[in-house]
Amino acid sequence: MKVTEYSKQTTKSTIAVDRKRSLWSQIKRDKYLYLLLLPMVAYYILFNYKPMYGLQIAFKEFNPALGITASSWIDPWYYYFQQFFGGPYFVRLLKNTLILNGYMLLFAFPLPIILALMLNEVKSQTYKKLAQTFVYVPHFISMVVVAGLVTNFLSPGSGIINLIIEKFGGEKVYFLIKPEYFRPIYVLMHIWKEVGFNSIIYIAALAAVDMELYEAARIDGAGRWKQLWHVTLPGILPTVIIMLILRIGHLLDIGYEAIILLYQPVTFATADVFSSYVYREAVLSPTPQYSLAAAVGLFNGVVALILVLISNTVSKKVTEISLW
Amino acid sequence: MKKSTGEWIFTIINYTLITAGALLAIYPFVYVLVASLSSGDAVTAGEVWLIPKGFQLGAYEEVFQLDSIWVSYGNALFYTVFGTMFSLVITICGAYTLSKKRLVGRRFFNYMVLFTMWFNPGMVPHYLNFKSLGLYNQRLAVIVAFAVLAFYVILMRTYFESIPDSLEEAASIDGASDLYILFKVYLPMAIPAIATISLYYAVIRWNGFLWSMILLRDSSKVPLQVWLKKLIVEMNMEAQDGVDMGQYNREVMIYATIVIAVLPMLALYPFIQRFFIKGIMVGAIKG
Repeated sequence: MKVTEYSKQTTKSTIAVDRKRSLWSQIKRDKYLYLLLLPMVAYYILFNYKPMYGLQIAFKEFNPALGITASSWIDPWYYYFQQFFGGPYFVRLLKNTLILNGYMLLFAFPLPIILALMLNEVKSQTYKKLAQTFVYVPHFISMVVVAGLVTNFLSPGSGIINLIIEKFGGEKVYFLIKPEYFRPIYVLMHIWKEVGFNSIIYIAALAAVDMELYEAARIDGAGRWKQLWHVTLPGILPTVIIMLILRIGHLLDIGYEAIILLYQPVTFATADVFSSYVYREAVLSPTPQYSLAAAVGLFNGVVALILVLISNTVSKKVTEISLW
Repeated sequence: MKKSTGEWIFTIINYTLITAGALLAIYPFVYVLVASLSSGDAVTAGEVWLIPKGFQLGAYEEVFQLDSIWVSYGNALFYTVFGTMFSLVITICGAYTLSKKRLVGRRFFNYMVLFTMWFNPGMVPHYLNFKSLGLYNQRLAVIVAFAVLAFYVILMRTYFESIPDSLEEAASIDGASDLYILFKVYLPMAIPAIATISLYYAVIRWNGFLWSMILLRDSSKVPLQVWLKKLIVEMNMEAQDGVDMGQYNREVMIYATIVIAVLPMLALYPFIQRFFIKGIMVGAIKG
């Protein structure tokens, strides 16, 4: 009895010593691995974490000549936030961002699922492959070219859309300078560009549905619709839920490359969003409002982080799948 | 198996809709190509749909004569090749180390990469950071800006993790160093994953325009997309009434330019498609 206790003690203490010694020797052993990691760590510090440090200018009266650290703190610390939230643009920007994302959720989100389900019903593999090849193409075209196509096709002079409208006896429409058309144009453009590509993940999920389930359903006399309803849809539901939660997590983010390319001052009323506003105030403006724009960016980033955290927690509860 | 009438109707509708969708995805490209080869008058009159009318190559000749397109084309190639290489070296080396479960501090470094996916400080701090590093209006800025993306680091790390540890153990018993093991054992096995992320990075580089536009001032340094943005979008906005650009109709010139601009991407598309889908599957399995 005593012997075992004694031996237990020694093992314990040797392990403790071992751990202490081995932590350092482990690091030394892996010195080349750390060397390989070094460029990435340096990159992340310099280009990702240093800007986070720079966010403090949202609370400072930023002076480019003095730099970030030497600029003086502003009193009260929420000065720029107050200026932004109380300013004339906040409500418009919030409204536009939420409506655009709402449209995307309503129209652009379900379409890839429907497309995947439709492709899944195609029995000819050759035909399916061909259709997939076609619908993925627009994803690889740059936003600049896509926006160029949109502006050209919608042009009142000789754009194809207005030519078609005229052929059917309608009147030319100046699509891009009418605020009421901006949201449909934006959403349709995204659907055209990404619907095929976004369907890939659902096609993968559909391929993973157990074939025996279909077999069993067929034996039970289920027709195509019943198979769809009782086998296919439950099979891809987890994927749909994850994608939906991810989408909601990004409710305040919007692809603003497209917005910057398509909007004009006359359409700001429906087209301007947080990020395009920041871009104008900080980069385009002859008198850049860095601190104000940084405050807007910080607000946007924090809300986005909170939404991601919430959606991840919900995802964990509902599907037992989380992002980390 | 016999199909009921309802199933037949469903099948026909399904095929029709898919065919319509596929054609809708591809038709704008067909139209642009056809219009670029047609006379300006025919395009403006709405006579061009599937076959060129008033066939001409003049628009292309005119575009080819613009020095600026070649300069920006060359720049785009430069940024794509060297930018992708820069991204790859950092991503592969870092992901390899992060794939080693024995590494002290692995969790910390992983979170360091992951956190950037969930929190973005926004445009202003990034912009000021590039300026303070002296990168404004430098070619180097476009090479380094947003070069390492967390998603691809994870993709690469996951792939390295899937290679059995026994290979590394065998090599290190033979006295091979970590560097030797990475380059001689792991890299040859990781070629499919490397091809995938190379294409990911290259497509992003070739298509990216926002930060190149923000960071570069000299027109001699801008890549193709920034040049195109100036040509297509701004000229369209200014000249809604159809001012002529050179000898040919403005639209036709723009269509010819678009054809030249998307050609490399469409030529590479068959390869890209194969690897992209593979990459997405890897990402999807990881969740």
